[in-house]
Amino acid sequence: GTASAVCFGGSMAAPMKNTSAPAGLSFNSTSFQKKSRSKLVSIPGTRPSVQNGQLLVSTGVTSLDYVIGGGLAVGTLLLIEEDRYDSYSRMLLKYFLAEGVVCGHELFVASAWDHPDEILQELPAPILDDVASVTSMEDQAQSCDPDNPESMKIAWRYQNLPKVQTALASSARFGHYYDVSKTMDADILQRSKIHMFFLPEEAHSETGALSPMTEAYASLLKSIHGVIHKEGFDGATPQSKVRNIMRLGLHSLGSTLWGDDLCCREKPTHGHALTTFLYALRGLLRSSLTVAMVTIPSHLIQNRAVMGRITRLSDTAIALESFRGSDRETNPLYKDYHGLLHVRQVPHLNCLVCEVPDSKDLAFKLKRKQFTIEVIHFFFQKKNPFFGFSVSFLPLK
Amino acid sequence: MYAELNSILNASPDNCKQGEFTLISDRKADASFLVHHFLSFYLRAGCKVCFLGLAQSFSHYSAVAQRLGVSLTQAKEKGQLVFYEGLKDCLGVLLREGSTHESPTLDFLRPHCSDLKGLYDFVSSSVARVGDAAGTGPWAPPVLLVDDLSVLLSLGVSAGAVLDFTHYCKATICTELQGNMVTLIRCEEEEEEQGDEQGSDVLLKGLIHQCSLALQVQGLLTGYCKHIHGEVEVWWRGVANGMQMQKKVLQYKVHDKGAVFFARGTSSVVL
Repeated sequence: GTASAVCFGGSMAAPMKNTSAPAGLSFNSTSFQKKSRSKLVSIPGTRPSVQNGQLLVSTGVTSLDYVIGGGLAVGTLLLIEEDRYDSYSRMLLKYFLAEGVVCGHELFVASAWDHPDEILQELPAPILDDVASVTSMEDQAQSCDPDNPESMKIAWRYQNLPKVQTALASSARFGHYYDVSKTMDADILQRSKIHMFFLPEEAHSETGALSPMTEAYASLLKSIHGVIHKEGFDGATPQSKVRNIMRLGLHSLGSTLWGDDLCCREKPTHGHALTTFLYALRGLLRSSLTVAMVTIPSHLIQNRAVMGRITRLSDTAIALESFRGSDRETNPLYKDYHGLLHVRQVPHLNCLVCEVPDSKDLAFKLKRKQFTIEVIHFFFQKKNPFFGFSVSFLPLK
Repeated sequence: MYAELNSILNASPDNCKQGEFTLISDRKADASFLVHHFLSFYLRAGCKVCFLGLAQSFSHYSAVAQRLGVSLTQAKEKGQLVFYEGLKDCLGVLLREGSTHESPTLDFLRPHCSDLKGLYDFVSSSVARVGDAAGTGPWAPPVLLVDDLSVLLSLGVSAGAVLDFTHYCKATICTELQGNMVTLIRCEEEEEEQGDEQGSDVLLKGLIHQCSLALQVQGLLTGYCKHIHGEVEVWWRGVANGMQMQKKVLQYKVHDKGAVFFARGTSSVVL
């Protein structure tokens, strides 16, 4: 039978293909396709939302996935308001891209300051405790195929790959953990298809004069559209092509490096350049199997009205507030944390309302093997009412 | 559509009013749930609807309408609904730099054009009666729904140009054709400075003046609450049905298939 077309536009509604197929098997294998009548094929690194069946991907940070309602819906945009020195926001961008590599997604990285190569060299190393689960997968594959000669110890699919990489060969698991003290192996990175956009190296064109966007944004939009179309993420290619997700990582939009004066003036001359770009980006995202993360230095944007519009033109929006350099850094109340995380907006696409965990008073900490996000609770000790109070932190479940 | 809201507004799909310009606004809240209400309401009432879906994709509106018991796809096929998908159309203009006059609807995205005449032309041709000279088509009266006007501000249109657009639409649809109009404007958290041309507050003031019914949605002053999503102030501004200049404030909660409204302090969670 023929698998029907995938639904686009963030409306990856249920029913999803049941997940009885062994994890990691690509959907090209015959045993999967023959029986498949579903309208949606299973793409590695995705899962349907329990609330509305929308197709979700992981941000690469499990606690962030939880806070925003389970993950990032395909076809949507996650806006991250950068912390003052762009250290934690940049880290989130790297987690997002690393997760893409581990899941076998395609990447598009855009930057106007550091070359995307530099960002990619800094991706954290995935923690490979997946090897055990892969072994059982191999056993399963072996037992399915009675013709498999005993001398072959691993499944035929993996026989040409070095053993250390089998854990990532097709990781269908949702969400992974990373060790930020190590960088991702070059050979793991190389297996991913990565597109890069480095503004200083892009050819200058006259497009800027003909649209409300700056030349830089227009050029970026055109490049993104070109890649989406050429690689078939908008459904342009025939059915036989293996379905995949493209992750767009766009660094520090709105900064002056993008030719935008949003961060310099209270009444910018390019007041609607970025919002126009974000609107067009939404159009691209809704009609393709892509998901985007955009970071912006919002602490430099003086015009709060424009910031409000930027937020509304995003789908999910969070802001990071680092304690570094502020008086909270030395405040014992916050000593276990690196900063606060504010959830500005969570989308409710294809439905009227979405249940999201209560997300007031969230604090984050970047640990070696985990980026944790927890709710801060303050408890007062009754014993010594005049002496101050003890503090308890309750972690998110 | 939401039954409680219908009774509050004294509205029914079997007997919907004419010549009404309803303005929906929000601040620190999301009033799009009201847009979905009016869309399903007017489709059920048998009106010809022109929907400018600028904020989201067609599939989003369609999925929500489905939950409210209305099929947008069928309405489109029947010719009852004219749906304009802004997201799809804008790419055609913004990516194909240089080529002119494809889709004049979004002319304002092109340089040297700062008005919404193209958009107005689209609207008026959508609601125009086709064929029948007597003016009684199968669908009556026509309705224009816009989600939302703030998108136009984000795309660089001035508040003045938007007000001109709504003024012309009101003249054609509400006055001339005795139809109805519903528009949503989303406002910023903080009040904007005076004299800010691009500001949504300037636009809001102008729209309130033009409308006959204003539904102003606000988040709770005390912050986010799971059981009370916000407050809506209903302000009857028109001269019709003796409700002129009356205001009523209600709290609301949106759920999967609709919304409930209740007087302040009477949420089931509180009582």
